[in-house]
Amino acid sequence: MALTGLDIYKLLPKTNCKKCGRPTCLAFAMQLAQKKASLSDCPDVSEEAKNVLGAASAPPIKLVTVGTDAKKVEIGEENVLFRHEEKFYHPTGVAVTIQDDLDDAAFQGRLKKINELKMTRVGTEIEIDLVAVINKSNNAEKFAEAAKKVCSDSHLSIILSSTSVENMKAALANCAEKRPLIHGANPENYESMAALAKEKNCPMTITAPTLEELADLTEHIKKAGVEEIILDVSGDNPKEVLQKLTKVRRAALKKNFRALGFPMITFVHEDDSFLEIALASTYLVKYAGIVVVDNCEPWGIMPLLTARTNIFTDPQKPIQVEPKLYAVGDVKEDSPVLFTTNFSLTYYSVEGEVEGSRIPAYILSVDTGGTSVLTAYSGDKLNDKVVAKAIADAGVEAKVKHRKLIIPGLVAVMSGKLQETLGWEVLVGPREASGIPSYLKTVWKS
Amino acid sequence: MEIPNVADKWTGSVCEITLGATKDSGGSRQKTITIGGSKTVPFMDFEGNPGHKPVIAMDVYDIPPDDWTDTLAKPFADVLNDPAQWAKKCVEQYGADLICLKLDGIHPDKGNRSAEEAVKTVKSVLAAVGVPLVIWGCEHDEKDNEVMPKVSQAAKGENCLMGIASQDNYKTLTATCLADGHSIITMAPVDINIGKQVNILVSEMDFPLNRIVMFQSTGALGYGLEYTYSIQERERLAALTGDKMMSMPVICDVGHEAWRAKEAKSSDSDVPQWGSKEERGPLWEAITAVTLLQSGADIIRMSHPRAVATVKKCIGRLY
Repeated sequence: MALTGLDIYKLLPKTNCKKCGRPTCLAFAMQLAQKKASLSDCPDVSEEAKNVLGAASAPPIKLVTVGTDAKKVEIGEENVLFRHEEKFYHPTGVAVTIQDDLDDAAFQGRLKKINELKMTRVGTEIEIDLVAVINKSNNAEKFAEAAKKVCSDSHLSIILSSTSVENMKAALANCAEKRPLIHGANPENYESMAALAKEKNCPMTITAPTLEELADLTEHIKKAGVEEIILDVSGDNPKEVLQKLTKVRRAALKKNFRALGFPMITFVHEDDSFLEIALASTYLVKYAGIVVVDNCEPWGIMPLLTARTNIFTDPQKPIQVEPKLYAVGDVKEDSPVLFTTNFSLTYYSVEGEVEGSRIPAYILSVDTGGTSVLTAYSGDKLNDKVVAKAIADAGVEAKVKHRKLIIPGLVAVMSGKLQETLGWEVLVGPREASGIPSYLKTVWKS
Repeated sequence: MEIPNVADKWTGSVCEITLGATKDSGGSRQKTITIGGSKTVPFMDFEGNPGHKPVIAMDVYDIPPDDWTDTLAKPFADVLNDPAQWAKKCVEQYGADLICLKLDGIHPDKGNRSAEEAVKTVKSVLAAVGVPLVIWGCEHDEKDNEVMPKVSQAAKGENCLMGIASQDNYKTLTATCLADGHSIITMAPVDINIGKQVNILVSEMDFPLNRIVMFQSTGALGYGLEYTYSIQERERLAALTGDKMMSMPVICDVGHEAWRAKEAKSSDSDVPQWGSKEERGPLWEAITAVTLLQSGADIIRMSHPRAVATVKKCIGRLY
């Protein structure tokens, strides 16, 4: 719970020394409560005050970092339960497993496949974040060897998964500098695992059958000196997993319950690979900080990553683009001109396809009040006059020599009238944005 | 350590709606489907009655779809020309809870079929399957207003779910559904305020609230899913906090939207780095659906059998 100005005042020296730049300690306390001042401004503050105030101002869900450098994964520090209230800040890390009992060729083959799990869609590259090395062999040497290979042959961050402290120690010896996530601590082994995590300065997970036990264990682990903890709420019963994800998030955000104020991880294993991705996507949208799957096929990973992109999009992002003439690529006076509406989804779908076609083109975004082509047309927000005006306003006639306009196939019906009003040749383009590249390459070129 | 009780206390709930009518209540359906009734955010039954399980309405078109990729068309290759057989296959082989008969063929640009033809199709589908029907017009206002009343009358007493009523065109369909004992779908394009407005307009014509289902238009995975997701989430929260005009169950159009996506329909040779389309397409549809389930969806319109099977399984595990 946030402290009031008076609560804070009680912890200050009450000397009114003015060294902090405020006239009184009370004034300083009030500013601290409003987060308009920093405690470090007070040179005489006691250790006790630092601890209390530091804890109170800490975010309700701890930020945890796995890995180092560019591919590090930062999760936690979220503020809300629903994305319409405020953006979700730290996108779920997506991890794929690799077993340490695979023979050399199979291991390298799978690792290569995992390393290549990146794809470009709508002009943006998306990629997984972590490799989870699973100590399936139960053998320390094999586990250490696997960790070593992943450490040297993958750019991704690492999760080391073993319930054996000895094996974990062996694997960490080979990759601790990459700051892997130590996965495998449970009510039996957590003390030794925590000691390892502290020694190597690595984040660790903790699991327990119930949330009550889990809350006890995080307190013990914190006392052992490990701050970066991730709660493993995986289980065989998806309903229970989903409910735990929600309960923990609520406890942290609504009750400021520190013992569960950590991000969460879920491992999903299903023989049915579709169900596996379906459950992983479900956990991803409802609060998992990391999801781990066995599937390493692009057709499985792409929808999971796309769900992440969608859910972690800033809800404040405007739904419209500015209505104007956009140049995509190195446009010339003979480049094609297409028009679409200023609904951002419509516009970006068109832009992505034009970009993908590698044919430089002008896209005229017509102001339809942020509605899609069909909605705008049926609401009379998109007609020959609106388009003609947009062409004139954007000065398209000065940009291109030709007088040809490609219109969305969905409004083919307006081509006759538009041709009349505009005096341009009207070409009916494809109905869906995905048809644009082949349209530009074939119809336009001819 | 004791952990704090995080169960929310909600004052409202989602309306409970029964679709379909059996012989006893004036129809010919072998079973009815009840949706809604939830007193909690989706799947959180530790804080209240989760209501009825979300159901799947499989899409059947009155004319063979001309834009279906072969992955999607293949399971239906033998029935695409015959809506009745198509519907039967969906129910008997693929476990559809409902059939959504989409009357695309009446659209002036897509065949301009007559009301008589549409009535014939509706009757044939009603005769072929025993599940309740969703009947969805072509979204061309004038043509829908001409055809839907006749379709409605032909299915009188069956308590179908008829769509769609929009802010600018709701009177004809509302009056028709009222007269013939059907339920209605109110539509607003990703706008929660218009959504509520349409519900008010329809209810002002004395249409009972417990026969309305809301449709916010659906954004596919990667194509605006987040807009639909957040609106549906807000609608559920509004229902739970007691807003009667926002407490209707929700329908999503997942099949049609997901299969428009490049990720679902592109051929393997066009996008070799995305993996096999036989998996890619159905999974794109399934993930669109399961994601929206988390925001509060009661009926999901779907197309591919494998996507349907996955979503059913997922609902079974979470419910």
